[in-house]
Amino acid sequence: MTTPFHDTLSAHGLELTREVTRTLQINVGRLCDLACRHCHLDAGPGRREIMTPATMAAVIAFATRHRFAVIDITGGAPELVPGIEELLRELAPVTGQLMLRTNLTALMAPEQAELLELIIDLKVTLVASFPSTNARQADAQRGAGISDRSVTMLQQLNARGYGQPDSGLLLHLVANPGGAFLPDDQAAAERRFKQEAQRRFGIVFNQLFTFANMPLGRFRSWLEKSGNEADYLQRLQAAFNPCTVAGLMCRSLLSVDWDGRLYDCDFNLAAELPLGNKPQTIFDQTAPPPAGTTIATGEHCYACTAGSGFT
Amino acid sequence: MSDYYNPADLNKFAEIGKDAPELATKFFDYYSAVFAEGELTAREKALIALGVAHAVQCPYCIDAYTRSCLEKGSHLGEMTEAVHVANAIRGGASLVHGIQMRNVADKLGM
Repeated sequence: MTTPFHDTLSAHGLELTREVTRTLQINVGRLCDLACRHCHLDAGPGRREIMTPATMAAVIAFATRHRFAVIDITGGAPELVPGIEELLRELAPVTGQLMLRTNLTALMAPEQAELLELIIDLKVTLVASFPSTNARQADAQRGAGISDRSVTMLQQLNARGYGQPDSGLLLHLVANPGGAFLPDDQAAAERRFKQEAQRRFGIVFNQLFTFANMPLGRFRSWLEKSGNEADYLQRLQAAFNPCTVAGLMCRSLLSVDWDGRLYDCDFNLAAELPLGNKPQTIFDQTAPPPAGTTIATGEHCYACTAGSGFT
Repeated sequence: MSDYYNPADLNKFAEIGKDAPELATKFFDYYSAVFAEGELTAREKALIALGVAHAVQCPYCIDAYTRSCLEKGSHLGEMTEAVHVANAIRGGASLVHGIQMRNVADKLGM
């Protein structure tokens, strides 16, 4: 049994409130070509929840009214959502940095060739899942053969300039642990990944982000089935680092779901904890919540405050 | 006592300091310094520790350093090779004593 996250904050004399919102994260749906075992959203090929053109229009209008420094498009696999090209085209001019989360496999299908050209033209920053340079370890998390296909796509992206110095095309990798254990120190992992990715596959990239797996969605189910749930939750709580709280991404991020509902982050979205604990949608908001607004918290928040934290 | 080895005891390691705190402090400070990033990375040190854990057959250490290796980004191929290194040295250490056996036998025999 974990201590409520709010109580842990209080015990350290901390409060979790919003500051100025700099990032708009858009979750365009649960549809994905993969069903990764660590997915906090239970995304997969069988999911049908995707953002409609009307909701996309509302998101574009919102993002145009309030200029966000960063717009971060995630899923599921955003590449599979009809209308994604238009969304990218409309959002690119109204933000300093447009980011697209990709599982790499959804981007490599031949029918995505035009989308890839658009992404390059708009200089969209790609944030790609790549949990390990070891194929067996990566496939255990993401599915058989996915590692080889991911490597092929990364090589193609490198050939188009992504991750190359001075190209202006940023390619970041994300590595989640392949099980019920905490992630490596980000700087050490980045050094090792860069060395290994170059040596084994000739791949280059800009930055590596290491994130703890969220005890939500499909990963939570796996924790339960594998008998790791109690130990994992206890370890996340034991690794609570009060120094991470000031820089948590939920303080400066607004997350909008495929149906327009608003959250403090993509994990609260998965846990269905609405923005500031009050159900709200993009359709009835004219601006992001003001600084000082309370952030909804849950047990999963310990995954963002463990060790070096998720900032 | 029902069990000599209890996994829960690993989390009680610090209790060893109860009746000899100064020695425990010195040990744990030294232990932390040994595993800090240095000429060897923390990941490399964890792999060495995993190999040694098998050589000394310490179930607590195997538990702790399997997790540590995974957390530091090692994969099962690397970890299995580390165990083989420990095994090779253990096996080699036995086998090389065969020379001692041969020396004694040579001296005693005709």
